[in-house]
Amino acid sequence: MAYSAPDSADKALRMAMELDVFVGNTTIMDEEVYQLWLDGYTVTDAVSMRVRSGILEQWGACQAVLESDTTDHYRTFQMAERLLHCPSKLANQLLFQIPPQRQAMLIERYYAFDPAFVRELLGKKLSKGTKKDLDDVSTKTGVTLKSCRRQFDNFKRVFKVVEEMKGPLVENIKQHFLLSDRLARDYGAIVFFANIRFETGKKKLQYLNFEDFAFCAGQLIQNWTVGAVDSMVEDMDVDLDKEFLQDLKELKILITDKDMLDQHKSLVCTALRGKIQVFAEMEANFKNLSRALVNIAAKLMHTKDVRDFFIDLVEKFIEPCRSDRWVLCDVKAFLTQYMNSARALDAFKQQAIWERYMTVIRSCILKMYHE
Amino acid sequence: MPGKLKVRIVAGRHLPVMDRASDLTDAFVEVKFGNTTFKTDVYPKSLNPQWNSEWFKFEVDDEDLQDEPLQITVLDHDTYSANDAIGKVYIDIDPLLSSEAATVISGWFPIYDTIHGIRGEINVLVKVDLFNDLNRFRQSSCGVKFFCTTSIPRCYRAVIVHGFVEELVVNEDPEYQWIDRIRTPRASNEARQRLISLMSGELQRKIGLKVLEMGGNAVVGYLQCFDLEGESGLVVRAIGTACTLDKLSNPSAALLPACNSPSKDMKEAPFSEDPNPNTHSSGPSTPLKNQTYSFSPSKSYSRQSSSSDTDLSLTPKTGMGSGGSVGKEGGPLKTLLRQQTQSALEHREFPFFTLTCFPMGFLVHVGGVVSARSVKLLDRIHNPDEPETRDAWWEEIRQEIKSHAKALGCHAVVGYSETTSICEEVCILSASGTAAVLNPKFLQDGCLDSCSEHRLEEPSPPSCGFCHIPYDELNMPFPAHLTYCFNCRRQKVPDVLFTTMDLPLEAAVTGKGCLIQARLCRLKKKAQGEANATAISNLLPFMEYELHTQLMNKLKLRGMNALFGLRIQISVGENMLVGLASATGVYLTALPTPGGIQIAGKTPSDISYEQHISNMQKKINETIAKNKELYEIIPPESIDEMIGSPIPEPRQRSRLFRSHSESSDEVSELDLSHGKKDAFVLEIDDADAVEDIHSLLTDAPLPTGFYSCNTEIMPGIYNWTSGVQMFTSVRVFRLNNTNLTNQGLNKIFNDLCENLLKSLYFKLRSMIPCCLCHVNFAVAVPEDELIQVAVTAVAMTFDKDQAQENLKLYVDKTLMKVITENEEQLQFPLELCSDSQSGNPFSPIKGTGLQENAGMHIVPSAQRATSVDYSSFADRCSTWIELIKLKAQTIRRGSIKTTSSLEKASPVSEGHSRLRSTTSNTGCTVAVVKMTPLSFIPGAKIIKYLGIINMFFIRETTSLREEGGVSGFLHAFIAEVFAMVRAHVAALGGNAVVSYIMKECVFMENPNKNQAQCLINVSGDAVIFVRECDLEALPVQPQTSAAQTSSSGGEVPA
Repeated sequence: MAYSAPDSADKALRMAMELDVFVGNTTIMDEEVYQLWLDGYTVTDAVSMRVRSGILEQWGACQAVLESDTTDHYRTFQMAERLLHCPSKLANQLLFQIPPQRQAMLIERYYAFDPAFVRELLGKKLSKGTKKDLDDVSTKTGVTLKSCRRQFDNFKRVFKVVEEMKGPLVENIKQHFLLSDRLARDYGAIVFFANIRFETGKKKLQYLNFEDFAFCAGQLIQNWTVGAVDSMVEDMDVDLDKEFLQDLKELKILITDKDMLDQHKSLVCTALRGKIQVFAEMEANFKNLSRALVNIAAKLMHTKDVRDFFIDLVEKFIEPCRSDRWVLCDVKAFLTQYMNSARALDAFKQQAIWERYMTVIRSCILKMYHE
Repeated sequence: MPGKLKVRIVAGRHLPVMDRASDLTDAFVEVKFGNTTFKTDVYPKSLNPQWNSEWFKFEVDDEDLQDEPLQITVLDHDTYSANDAIGKVYIDIDPLLSSEAATVISGWFPIYDTIHGIRGEINVLVKVDLFNDLNRFRQSSCGVKFFCTTSIPRCYRAVIVHGFVEELVVNEDPEYQWIDRIRTPRASNEARQRLISLMSGELQRKIGLKVLEMGGNAVVGYLQCFDLEGESGLVVRAIGTACTLDKLSNPSAALLPACNSPSKDMKEAPFSEDPNPNTHSSGPSTPLKNQTYSFSPSKSYSRQSSSSDTDLSLTPKTGMGSGGSVGKEGGPLKTLLRQQTQSALEHREFPFFTLTCFPMGFLVHVGGVVSARSVKLLDRIHNPDEPETRDAWWEEIRQEIKSHAKALGCHAVVGYSETTSICEEVCILSASGTAAVLNPKFLQDGCLDSCSEHRLEEPSPPSCGFCHIPYDELNMPFPAHLTYCFNCRRQKVPDVLFTTMDLPLEAAVTGKGCLIQARLCRLKKKAQGEANATAISNLLPFMEYELHTQLMNKLKLRGMNALFGLRIQISVGENMLVGLASATGVYLTALPTPGGIQIAGKTPSDISYEQHISNMQKKINETIAKNKELYEIIPPESIDEMIGSPIPEPRQRSRLFRSHSESSDEVSELDLSHGKKDAFVLEIDDADAVEDIHSLLTDAPLPTGFYSCNTEIMPGIYNWTSGVQMFTSVRVFRLNNTNLTNQGLNKIFNDLCENLLKSLYFKLRSMIPCCLCHVNFAVAVPEDELIQVAVTAVAMTFDKDQAQENLKLYVDKTLMKVITENEEQLQFPLELCSDSQSGNPFSPIKGTGLQENAGMHIVPSAQRATSVDYSSFADRCSTWIELIKLKAQTIRRGSIKTTSSLEKASPVSEGHSRLRSTTSNTGCTVAVVKMTPLSFIPGAKIIKYLGIINMFFIRETTSLREEGGVSGFLHAFIAEVFAMVRAHVAALGGNAVVSYIMKECVFMENPNKNQAQCLINVSGDAVIFVRECDLEALPVQPQTSAAQTSSSGGEVPA
């Protein structure tokens, strides 16, 4: 005689359960189930995943218990979701009693994103159209559509809130959404990319991951926006400093003035002789490389060319170097020398602009240069 | 005009968008009290308005202050159409009326709408200026304190326990008024909420008046319930225990006025401090300190006059001369005790106490559970001002309880409660409690004089005294096997003890306790009117009997011998009755080791059947062995060996012998039968019995690390840490199968409860090791094919390692602590314990010093049936008493009843507040409000009671699917109720609710119409507590804000 209910009976019992709720004075939120919910799994999927994790054996529970628990958690999360849309509300709402450290966890996890997903969306306009195409992204990245939508909505929500805000972008995100420093920085990058709509989807850029772009975004925000010049300036951080972009075309003198170009080259070559493996290639290519970098600068006054910033860096600089098998430290040595040597050019008056331009270019290229 | 109510509306936040065009709201607030209304200005275009209003002042009678709630309505201003209501806040200002409770209400309240739920929050400030009213004939009872807690509240000292107070008020239910057909659901819900709030206020005021009349100043164990009788009306009723409480100015001070004696005439001097405090006190911590607690024999207030004569006539052997009864009993002392107790209680119409936990020495003996049930047909309440029928119904039941108690040789009923279950026009009224003998010292005037004499009297050791039988062993009211107490070896004890109260803290217990439930469903034909009532009446005794059998079997299966906190609920539906009995099983060291369960098959049978039987027997034996290990029940024989003196001392033995020789054959027969320990036989004579045994064995074992009980404290666990998680879980099961059998139904119901428990254990697994305390199940049959089970309980963490090592030590320490705490807080006499500790336990017949207060003494009778009224269908059905008698050979019980039940028992532990917390405190910025059904918070000290929380909410939806179905709807509603309770507590300056209960959760749905409605009624005591470590660090009371509450490890499971 079997004393435990067989599975079929178990199932029948569950079907007939009209109502099943559990409410704690302190809201119980299981991190594992929260992750499954965030990942967009249905209750059924989540239950079978939990079963596979061996939780039943560990606690001697049956499937019905797990189903009830999962459903309950999902309901709790759905109820809490609107609060997560405005995380500051979570701290002073009265409906859920959640300890502060758990609130922070909930927010951080809710705003976390899949690197694969964000890579797809980076630089795209956060419009309804993009949202409609999320099923393609979902198929491509393996992230569930539900999760894609949540992440997209997060991007858009953050974008909308900070778009019109004054002051430093990352700080704004951090304060308004109560995110950790790291996550706020990532959102800064996402917002920045979405605003300027940098092209990141081209095939040649596929090898770059989100982290690469986020780093570059950080560099651009720190150096090329209006807020970068003077942090006291109460202005937006999401747009590049137009004035600076205009000034960039003055750098052209470095390639148009033949004397200066030669002098620049000889300074670099003298300094690097024997110090890099690809000296010969460098010497042969110097003028092309210099031209490429300066031309990129000169083009940045046009919005369209700003969008092509990364593709230009790859096509005009990174690819030629790579085909000559430059190693990263050679690239680093070259760029450092290339930047610094310009200081010694007496006729070159645009030192400040040069510095501001090259600091970013140098660190971006170094980040983007995968051997 | 004795009072001025002042209200200021400060601000709002998170308001809903009321104007779609602007995505904003133009909010203003109406503040209403009684018939006066004030309005704030409109704060345009904001979801976070800052009104910063002036002080709105209401000049009102204090009668109104008690009855009326303050009503705050938030509205959206609309220039062209009617203003839209956003929601309301009802604030009960009663806590402001007592000088010892809260002084101001200030904080964020959720704005609640019965259709939309919580919609933002509003910051409100409320104050009351009370002018002293010297009018003797006043209608108000301001200043009487109310406590839900069913023990003496922790920062008070009981000067006098006056006794039972009850009251009920009736009204028409707005939902059933003609106007309801034309008003909106919102208006209807609000009318209902407001009416119940008003009625609660009125009820509380009236009870307060009774308390004042009795000379008391507080109600402890206050339980208010409402009965939705549908067409016939709405009843709000309450019971409680009137007390005179004294606030302990400094709870840690050891020296307090030593003795209080109540005067005879309460009206002249309700209570007075004794002018000659006992000088015996030798030091702050010595248990020998001689203090006396006095119990006032004041007459219980009641509308009807006492009818003690008729009561007595119910038991045949009343009026017997004391000499005769002395001769018959083992010792005359018992009789003397009874005489005195009785005389003191004789004056009371109902010597009932809603308390479940008592100061040391209060309880002398416990007889067993007494309960009564009666089936009534509801009729329309014609005149709300004269709710006589309902009063008469309860009166009848209480009389019956009283006579049952008498039959058990007891004069008081403790752990008393009353409940109802209503289906259409049929109503089952139930009452239950525990018959008990109280210490005559507490019930007598001039206690100081008798102190010295009492010292000579034979004291029962506190650890077992309450187990000793109060009834005459020759005329036992029910068949029971008596043995000499395994603890003191001097007095008789029953083999099993059932009670509705909490386990006394001083009780000697072996091992740990556990939750035991009996579950039962019985199908019933649909019927109307009298036929229906008769059918229910006929079913009840069988259900009671079976529930008891189940309880007894399960108790034996766990190797235990006593049940505490027993609560039997029988709910009636259209086509079935559902019964659920919950209790905490315990092994009382004083009681004999329970025998096993033996299965007897029906007469000669084939071999396979025999084998089947023996298999089952094996399984049962295995389960018992496993349970004993699980609950750490070491047979007392081995304990005796450990302690070392199993044989009574010579004198004692001689007395034992003497009592044997004195006693008749019956006694020796009883002793003989005790020799056969396996006398408990389960006969398998039909399919039902097989089913029973199955259900016995299908109770899932507790997962490792979990314990559960339905009482305040878990026997065997003493070192709670600070983790506290209160929760409510509700399940509704739909019976799809139309032709169900009783067995099928039983299985479904059993599985429903078992699975619910399993789910709870799983949910709370992160708190292990932990104990579910005060597990309170409520069953209902809301519709034809629905069974609803709601559970409220608290999970508390404890330190496992310490539990094992220090158990023995701790018990001793607890005892000491109880003593000292009693000294500090309660002022109870300590002779008993000190005597027992000094090892001078024996002076048997020196009861002569007792004052003999004449009066009648009752010799309990075995002919219990005489007290039962067989008459009409509407009355209790008592035939089952006969049934019990027939089956008495197989089932022995520690309780007596005709038709029994008890709706609620919120047990309480006293002297258990000083529990060490091992978790250290880390700061926490959010105001956390803890909620617990217990009367204490582990590792913390309650420093102030801020007033009673008693809230009633209705929630309705016409978009059930959109709100996540029934589960989504109810989940949100329960969360909202919690939120509103917390907000009110925080606004009173508190950081916890203790003795919290959800008294009602009525859920109705109509999925076809996409509608659902739910009513919830909750109550509890708002308190301020401080962590013990904080208390040590800060000698001064810390700020009243809730900031210092939760430690990081505290209320944070999962």
